[in-house]
Amino acid sequence: MTAPFHVPDNVHLLGPQRLRPTLRPALDRNNIGSRIATVTAGWEEREGEDSELRAHVGREVVDLRIWARLEKVFAEDRALHDAMRERYDQVRILRGLYQRQLAHVLASARELLDAQQSQPTDLQAKALEASIEAVRLIDQRHSEHVAEIHESYRERIDAGQYPSLLRERDELRAVLESCSALCIAGGHVAILLNRLRALGVLDAAAQMPIFAWSAGAMVLTENVVLFHDFPPQGAGDSEVLEPGFGVVRGVVLLPHATRRLRLTDPVRVALFARRFAPARAIALDDGAGFELQRERVAVAAGTRLLCADGSVVALKAEEHAA
Amino acid sequence: MNQLLQQLAQHGPNPAAIDAFLEKHELPFVDGSKVTFVFHGMVDAVLLHHWIFGLPSSQQFERFPGTNLFHLTIDIPERSRVEYKLEIRKGGQQRLIADPHNPHFARDPYGANSVIQGAGYVFPDWALEDGEARRGETQDHKIESKSFGAQRDLRVYLPARYRTTRRYPLLVLHDGHDYERFASLVTILDNLIHRLEIPPMVVALTQSPNRLHEYADDARHADFIADEVVPWLDQRFSLVDSGAARGLGGASFGAVASLSTALRKPHVFENLFLQSGSFAFTDIGDHDRGPLFDPVVDFVNRYRDAPTKPAQRIFVSCGTYESLIYYNRSMVPMLRDSGAELRYVEARDGHNWENWRDRMREGLSWLFPGPLWLVYE
Repeated sequence: MTAPFHVPDNVHLLGPQRLRPTLRPALDRNNIGSRIATVTAGWEEREGEDSELRAHVGREVVDLRIWARLEKVFAEDRALHDAMRERYDQVRILRGLYQRQLAHVLASARELLDAQQSQPTDLQAKALEASIEAVRLIDQRHSEHVAEIHESYRERIDAGQYPSLLRERDELRAVLESCSALCIAGGHVAILLNRLRALGVLDAAAQMPIFAWSAGAMVLTENVVLFHDFPPQGAGDSEVLEPGFGVVRGVVLLPHATRRLRLTDPVRVALFARRFAPARAIALDDGAGFELQRERVAVAAGTRLLCADGSVVALKAEEHAA
Repeated sequence: MNQLLQQLAQHGPNPAAIDAFLEKHELPFVDGSKVTFVFHGMVDAVLLHHWIFGLPSSQQFERFPGTNLFHLTIDIPERSRVEYKLEIRKGGQQRLIADPHNPHFARDPYGANSVIQGAGYVFPDWALEDGEARRGETQDHKIESKSFGAQRDLRVYLPARYRTTRRYPLLVLHDGHDYERFASLVTILDNLIHRLEIPPMVVALTQSPNRLHEYADDARHADFIADEVVPWLDQRFSLVDSGAARGLGGASFGAVASLSTALRKPHVFENLFLQSGSFAFTDIGDHDRGPLFDPVVDFVNRYRDAPTKPAQRIFVSCGTYESLIYYNRSMVPMLRDSGAELRYVEARDGHNWENWRDRMREGLSWLFPGPLWLVYE
């Protein structure tokens, strides 16, 4: 028995939008008004190149331009820029150390799980559980260490000292007040986290319905998990990037899961599901998604759940609502 | 012998039945590690000429009694690709031909051979056109070269969604037009960028009219690439201004040109992509590869006497069936000891474009790692 989702007020998590856009029906279904705010900072220098998105949603779109806004802030306040760079240098070093730890513990967990699935024994099951526990511990410690780095940066950088940062935050708040929903597109997940956090976008949008897809959906969870089972280099060890905003709790979101994960490999699927339990690992492929609104969870067809037994099954709303 | 062929033989085949049989089946037959070659024609003898370095290169086919059907079965390791031709002997004459029953060819800078794909060889899906991948653009330019006193063609690949607001890494590839024509270069770049396995990057495709001379440690060539091509590209395209974001590569003599240029122009290129380099050398005495190799052997001998670090990161690949395997294996520890970070890959393949194509994903994604762990669009 797994724990239920935490159901926030009004959050809509969607699969990738490029080939099978589902945003407009979601907006229409929820009676979203004629003006929406968007975040496309994950597209980096292509931020705001949203003609396809505009054509799709049939509404006035105001891109918050948070990638460009923070670039402007950095240009005005070099100290802020340098502090940010120093912080990410630390995070990068920490990530390298974490990856080295993970390589060993994940390899042993994978090996034991493989053996257990072919010839189960009680003693092996205990050893396997200990290995998975070791992975969880390393994940948890890494997430805490990154959170500490961010926290110490926040304490050091008092936004009050940086008029440019305050100005941009005020402007964003004013724009958001004129919009009826916030839409967060995918892209570079670390940049999205960084820009949303620096400019306090989610605080400013606290009462708004949120529609987010791919990396945009990942940042709303408690822990952002990076994943790829067949990269051209390396073993394909999934890793925790850092804590997300925790707007949605109890889930790990996996956009493009079919393309990025070996969903037919029961060892990989089971290890992923068990490692991140009690959070549910949810595959968000094209057309998939689910909506969380006060005590109600609605799941789109094609949204799937990675299970501890190595299977991948359709996600059912009624089993998971709080 | 292959089972189907045995069945045919048992029925005492006539020429029409043999032709029908050959039409019906994909040849040569691959049964695990056994490969059976077949030839049907009015000839005196048929021999297999393969390009596996170290093995006797001529093996005679057996004739089915009373027919003009010839066959030969040999062992080929799994996942191998082996180049071959058939030697046909008739009336005291002999000639080499491609296998008329095999649709697969391996191309190299000098021509094409038939190729047998051993059991377990898988054509790389990332080398096939992917409908979801955004297409990059190729532009044809002319560049006036002072070094050569002539105009040279330069084709430039720009990734999909190229923007001047972003700075891109650069790869300069020798024989780039051949990489495009014979090794699916543009499709592979589109696909690897789409899959986020390499970053969006600019690739300059050079093509020499006299590669065997210009690539053989020619100072003019190094000047052309480093002092003319790179600044020309820098002026026209949005590139990262750092050797760490620049790569230089090529195959065969193109790999020699890449190493030579990197050594003559330190720090311009900190990434080298060296495929089946013609790194011939002599420890003692003369070499036996002909006069075109004289400057190459001089260059490699000099380098072996006093090796220095040519770049930060070097990817080297070579086929184990190539005669160059010994030279490449010898270069690897030397390049590694120079302080460069080195990745060396071997494959059961020969000196041909398909081998170079099949190693591109591993080499390019190692030299230029893409953002696949961090981007979820």
